[in-house]
Amino acid sequence: MTAPFPTRKQEEWRYADLDALQPVWEQFAEPLTLTAGPGESFEEVWLPTADDVQIRRVQLALEANAKGRLFVLNTAPVYGRIELEVSLAQGAEFELFGANIGTGLSTNEIVTHVRHVGESGRSRQVIRSVLNGKATGSYLGKVEVARGAQKTDAEQSVKAMLLDRGATANAKPELEIFADDVKCAHGATVGELDAMQLFYAESRGLPPASARALLLEGFVAGLWDSATDGEAIAEAARNALRKVVG
Amino acid sequence: MLEITNLHATVADKPILNGVSLHVPAGEVHAIMGPNGSGKSTLAYVLAGRPGYEVTEGSVTFIPTRHPRESGGPAFSADQEQRDSRLRGNDDRDLLAMEPHERAAAGLFLGFQYPVEIPGVSYLQFLRESLNAQRRARGEAELSGAEFIKLAKSQAALLGMDAEMLKRPVNVGFSGGEKKRAEMVQMGIMQPKFAVLDETDSGLDIDALKAVGAGINRIMRAPDKGVLLITHYQRLLDYVEPDRVHVLVGGRIERSGGPELARDLEREGYAEAAA
Repeated sequence: MTAPFPTRKQEEWRYADLDALQPVWEQFAEPLTLTAGPGESFEEVWLPTADDVQIRRVQLALEANAKGRLFVLNTAPVYGRIELEVSLAQGAEFELFGANIGTGLSTNEIVTHVRHVGESGRSRQVIRSVLNGKATGSYLGKVEVARGAQKTDAEQSVKAMLLDRGATANAKPELEIFADDVKCAHGATVGELDAMQLFYAESRGLPPASARALLLEGFVAGLWDSATDGEAIAEAARNALRKVVG
Repeated sequence: MLEITNLHATVADKPILNGVSLHVPAGEVHAIMGPNGSGKSTLAYVLAGRPGYEVTEGSVTFIPTRHPRESGGPAFSADQEQRDSRLRGNDDRDLLAMEPHERAAAGLFLGFQYPVEIPGVSYLQFLRESLNAQRRARGEAELSGAEFIKLAKSQAALLGMDAEMLKRPVNVGFSGGEKKRAEMVQMGIMQPKFAVLDETDSGLDIDALKAVGAGINRIMRAPDKGVLLITHYQRLLDYVEPDRVHVLVGGRIERSGGPELARDLEREGYAEAAA
């Protein structure tokens, strides 16, 4: 039985492209479940495909002292959604490094719900969006610290770069904390390319489009630094940025 | 090689340059001195084409002289050189009509007073892409990664800069002095025809000042090159002897003279010297 089709009234679907989702919903309704057993580590790189609509819905359970690390790139031409529900048992660590790179009328979103269930868990989410035209890029991230999940350390860093007036970035880090000895940091910024950086690069001989591409590459570059094998995703991100700069 | 005529410029509709005229012939270093707010940095930015710096009157002509052995190509024959010199008139460029990157490709270099930080982009990548963009624009062959790294390392060494620093993001975490040294490394890599150096001496200790001064002499002291050295103080001029010194006050050149003028200014102050 397929889950009911989402509505925009549901906060986590608020910015979604439901028209694009409708025809493929049955295919994606059931989330994929992943588990990392006690003390295990896993790392995955999720590269975009060529499909117009790309949806990944994943439930990830990190058991005691497990480590999970995800590198995701969301560049669907019409609608891309990366949806993660993560639970962290005692001492578990979760890291997400993700980018939305969107052109034209596309909607790309990263939606996370990170639940710290046990003590001393650490989660870190770093999201960068680069958007042109009338593209939308969203990050909706809820961090929940359960009663008793003391010493939780949760961090969310969300930055978006808008290249055109019509582009939209939504950044919504959200905290729900039921423990009193925790560290939860979040920051969100939305901006444009720095005029002085652009001038500096152009004064060294880079034509404006190359200068923009280089600065944007720098903006997302740090995301893949800690990947064991980050070359493929870095290259895919560079290609996506080239399209965004035009 | 750089001819500035009656240059007027505004920033945010406020007039800053009020008729600057200045001629720097090839082979010369000219210093521009002047009090705070006299328009020195504005002049530098106008020459490099910074957006928002509006030229309202006047002209700037840039005549990059040709070097017979540039770009590693075969040496020109005497005939060819003669033909080149006859064509040289066609090389006159209306600097103000060019985009900033075109000015760089034509051989203009601006040494920034406050070099800009670019997180996430390594110095090596930044400079290699910049240099190759210039070379493409001039119809020269691009440098391979290996060729570029060799060039960058040798230029860093000549300025006493640890080449490892070039692996770091552009100017991020560099001290004020390191940034200025890095500007000179960039200049050594780009080998411009004409350099406008905006307070390259500020924030430098004595050792760094010597290294930067030696760098300017080594890279830019040549019969076919020119330098406009913008500075507050005489001290850099102890290492880079200017051919001419100009005093900029209120957006105009109030006085010009030989190297001795810089020493007079140091002694008397701007108010007296400009009077």
